[in-house]
Amino acid sequence: MDLDPLFLSRLQFALTIGFHFLFPPLSIGLAWLLVWIEWHGWRRGDEDYVRAGKFFGKILGLTFAVGVATGIVMEFQFGTNWAEYSKYVGDIFGAPLAAEAIFAFFLESTFLGLYLFGRNRVSKGMHWFSILMVAVGSTLSAFWIIVANSWQQTPAGYEIRNGRAELTDFWAATFNPSTADRFLHTFVGCLIAGAFLMAGISAYLVLKNRGTQVGRKTLKISLIFGLVVSVLALFPTGDHHAKQVARTQPEKFAAMEGLIHGQIRAPLAVFGIPSEGPPELKFKIGIPGLLSLMAFGDADAHVPGIEDLREAGRPTPPFVITFICFHTMVGLGTLFIALTALGVFLLYRRKLFETRWYLKLLLWAIPLPLIACELGWIVAEVGRQPWVVYRILKTKDAYSANVTGGEVLFSIIMFGLIYLLLGVLYVFIMARSIKRGPTALPVKEVR
Amino acid sequence: MDLNMVWFLLIWVLLAGYAILDGFDLGVGVLHLFARDDRQRRIHLNAIGPVWDGNEVWLLTGGGALFAAFPPVYATVFSGYYLALMLVLFALIFRAVSMEFRGQIDNPSWRRLWDWAFGLGSLIPAIIFGVAIGNILRGLPIEADGSLNIPFLALLNPYAVLIGVLSLLMFVMHGAAYLAVKTEGDLQQRVARWTSGVWMAFVVVYLVATIATFFVSSFLFEGVLSNPLFWIFFLLLLASIVYIPIVNRAGKFLRAFLGSSATIAAMIGLTAVSLFPRMVPSSLDLASSLTIYNASSTPRTLTVMLVIALIGLPLVIVYTVCIYRAFAGKVVISEDSY
Repeated sequence: MDLDPLFLSRLQFALTIGFHFLFPPLSIGLAWLLVWIEWHGWRRGDEDYVRAGKFFGKILGLTFAVGVATGIVMEFQFGTNWAEYSKYVGDIFGAPLAAEAIFAFFLESTFLGLYLFGRNRVSKGMHWFSILMVAVGSTLSAFWIIVANSWQQTPAGYEIRNGRAELTDFWAATFNPSTADRFLHTFVGCLIAGAFLMAGISAYLVLKNRGTQVGRKTLKISLIFGLVVSVLALFPTGDHHAKQVARTQPEKFAAMEGLIHGQIRAPLAVFGIPSEGPPELKFKIGIPGLLSLMAFGDADAHVPGIEDLREAGRPTPPFVITFICFHTMVGLGTLFIALTALGVFLLYRRKLFETRWYLKLLLWAIPLPLIACELGWIVAEVGRQPWVVYRILKTKDAYSANVTGGEVLFSIIMFGLIYLLLGVLYVFIMARSIKRGPTALPVKEVR
Repeated sequence: MDLNMVWFLLIWVLLAGYAILDGFDLGVGVLHLFARDDRQRRIHLNAIGPVWDGNEVWLLTGGGALFAAFPPVYATVFSGYYLALMLVLFALIFRAVSMEFRGQIDNPSWRRLWDWAFGLGSLIPAIIFGVAIGNILRGLPIEADGSLNIPFLALLNPYAVLIGVLSLLMFVMHGAAYLAVKTEGDLQQRVARWTSGVWMAFVVVYLVATIATFFVSSFLFEGVLSNPLFWIFFLLLLASIVYIPIVNRAGKFLRAFLGSSATIAAMIGLTAVSLFPRMVPSSLDLASSLTIYNASSTPRTLTVMLVIALIGLPLVIVYTVCIYRAFAGKVVISEDSY
């Protein structure tokens, strides 16, 4: 059997980033909610908030540990599997990674230690400050990694010289045309993931009558917060991000929206069954002119389609994956608004804690924002193909030629097994500590 | 001193920071395999619990800085060391989660399992980091076009393995010295004996390794004898190695820990001085080596990175010191502990 190191390296990157990306959104979202909860525990001296802080703090600690463990892999993988890429763009791409480590990783890791272990060692104000720094640090980390990835999407501030991309303007590279839109949209996605995790767990506590007082308070907070951020994900961040893609990466945009032939008054495809080779969208339900209007603010604007881009010699990404992932993400985003709005309505009518079917629904909805985050990331990355750096370097020219297919196959199998084990254990341990609830926090014997 | 030299210095400073900080928690992890009972194991874990994660970030920062400042070195060495690095990554993954998972279920065999994961997850990187440095000191088969093809087993040559053993002993000694600071009573006496025992092995292996280096890579010694930095690190190394058993016997454990930190810094300093200006010597032809000039980023990137480092590192050092002070003193097991 002929093992293709390029294909295997791509598969390994998809596997490792896909698994890793389950955890940072939860950490970021939980950390910001804990900033709010711990503030109340500290300033108001409310015991329920203190318990909530301890309870969700443990969950944050567990989530963070798996995130760190799987994150180290990412930082090394550019060198191990993508050596040609690293050499070609290292002059630009390395800086945000180093900045992420110096400005973000140190902050979040150091203060997480203080937050988790220092509750009785430092003042309450300092303890609150430590969770704030964890939230700030993890958000900065998201910022710098999105700077790096956005440069792959919409490179700026560089010149091709000496057979590589060389930095000419640091600020132009950092705040390249897609950085701000992509960061805000991703950040809001992380907050939704955290809000749904807290809401689902709180709903469970209320349902099972375990630490109900704590559960009611955190359910209230996370639902209201969840509604706000779910709306923000659609508008303005989602809308702006889509407009930016339309402007800067027409190939990705056409595939996302399922526009085969370019036209003025382009319709917005609400539904359709995509198929490849030649690209086709069957059973299409479209709203005339809306895509042109949403993308360019003008219903008569021309939106280029997949076929005309191909004819113009511009390679387009895999259509089916990009289209399905994008539409499923948008569908889920709409569902998040509906679900949280319903919850806030029930809360307003004072029926929330008695509406058991809704509480059960919240519990089962915990993984949905993570799925949406993964789908969004797939749209971003698959939609950029065949380029690893848009219109500069193709993915097929970026991998490590000195690593054999057998070696990569070995590491994929190992990562697959280890991550499967980690995933199972994470869910298992999480479920256990949720079942115990905040009232029965494990007070371990002293000594 | 030009920008490339500044970055050569900074990379080695980050590596030294990693070896000193994460070094002691790797060492504690190896010693964990030799703990007597569960209470002692929990003391091990909680001695490093609040700080190990921040310590490991020095490795990430070193990797990121190497990527940014010397991309060809990052790309060539990391892809060349593929399987070795993958082993390190697997080990570090298990190590990170083992501390978190271990205390979650009150079952002796569950705990044993994660104790092993933690111990081996510390042992494997402690050895491989040494093997990696050993191969660099020996020179890697880098072709004139900068490409590197080296099978995994070729990395396990006797000289590199010797350096691997040396780094293992160095980290274990360092970890024992740290544990002596964080413990009291019988346990403290026990780890203090470990420190002096491992110290002896470390000195013997270090002497053998130095002699071996002279035969394997004589080019490392060219011109260093006239370099004042070499003599500064050399004297620091001698002084700190002699100092460790003296203060350790006298029960001044914090000083012994500082002594082993100075030993690590001096050893890394000597390595850097003898490699300079090469980053990775080529064993095929020294002229094909990756140097701080032929394998660096542009002056613009090096400048930007320097600004980032000058803003970031002082902040990191300030709050790292604050956190270590907050957790100063002996390990106390509380409800927040592992």
